[in-house]
Amino acid sequence: MDQTRQTTSFPARQSLPLWKQLLVWGALLLLLIILGLSVARSGNTILGVWSRVPEFSLTFLAGYHFVSAEAVKLSDLCGKGVLVNFRASWCTPCQSEAAALETAWRSHQPFGQAVFPGVDYGDTNSEARSYLAEFGIPYPNGPDLQTRFSQLFNRNLGIQETYLIDQQGILRSIQTGPFQSADQIQELIDPLLGGN
Amino acid sequence: MKRLVWIPGILMIFLVLSIGRAYAQQPTPSDDQVNAIASQLFCPVCENTPLDVCPTEACHQWRELIRQMLAQGKSEADIKQYFVEHYGARVLAEPPATGLNWLVYIVPPAAFLVGVFLLYLAFRTWKQTRPASVIATTPLQDKRKTIPESGSSSKTTATYKENDEYIARLEEELRKQS
Repeated sequence: MDQTRQTTSFPARQSLPLWKQLLVWGALLLLLIILGLSVARSGNTILGVWSRVPEFSLTFLAGYHFVSAEAVKLSDLCGKGVLVNFRASWCTPCQSEAAALETAWRSHQPFGQAVFPGVDYGDTNSEARSYLAEFGIPYPNGPDLQTRFSQLFNRNLGIQETYLIDQQGILRSIQTGPFQSADQIQELIDPLLGGN
Repeated sequence: MKRLVWIPGILMIFLVLSIGRAYAQQPTPSDDQVNAIASQLFCPVCENTPLDVCPTEACHQWRELIRQMLAQGKSEADIKQYFVEHYGARVLAEPPATGLNWLVYIVPPAAFLVGVFLLYLAFRTWKQTRPASVIATTPLQDKRKTIPESGSSSKTTATYKENDEYIARLEEELRKQS
């Protein structure tokens, strides 16, 4: 009963050479680095209510000034309420709130405690100017150059939005969609300014 | 009569000026010319939509701006540069090959080449480690595909055509138990 004699050759289980292991781990590490960099690059922290608004600068369209300056920084507005209003000529809801914003601005302008910088998003210069002329918007407006403002506020593109910043540079309110009346704007700003 | 001498001269000057102005004005660029550039840009509002097929009012305005710039004699590069300066590099369909954007152009072909190389190594390893023969002399052989060699019937030697590791291990276990 010679049943046991057997010469069998099996492939020995071999581990990967060191250089191959290093190659695989290196590739994985590189992938993680790329992912991390892309997230850090595109993922601005979401600007929520009660968060500090980073410094920004808005250069106005020709003909608009703030205290005779053609641009304004957030740090220049320390001590004032700031109502940053995003709008565009192609944005139909923006047109419906233009009158309310103007009324609110005119009621606050004599006191100098609130500023209404308008940010023109994704517009051509000629269309932006036509819009401002058509609705007679008097407060300073500037283009969202290179969409830096939009990215700073991490706003929803295509949706009309307004951000209220208090005297200390803290974001206090986000209005999505148009204001229905000047009173609605006053109700937001007045508590910040102590009733003025 | 002396005054009349000047009249043809003045007429000639007007003629030259009017011809010059006519040549300076470009014909209105066609939709195809506009869309050739618009297809390289993206809608500012509805993300991931090329400008040439975007139906929004914002995109319509942008296309009209491209038409105006073409009529002014601006080149494709000038127009794209203008859009980048005003709306940021994110409007470009193809990101500029600067900074981290280089990764877009480098990583996919590099990953492909690495994959091909790894496959080559794997195939080569499999080929080398394949056992040339598995020789067994157990009765189990008779039930499998075997090739008898040189007329030996009592002690059969066979070469498996398949590298069946599972069966080989099974045989080993049987051998240990017997």
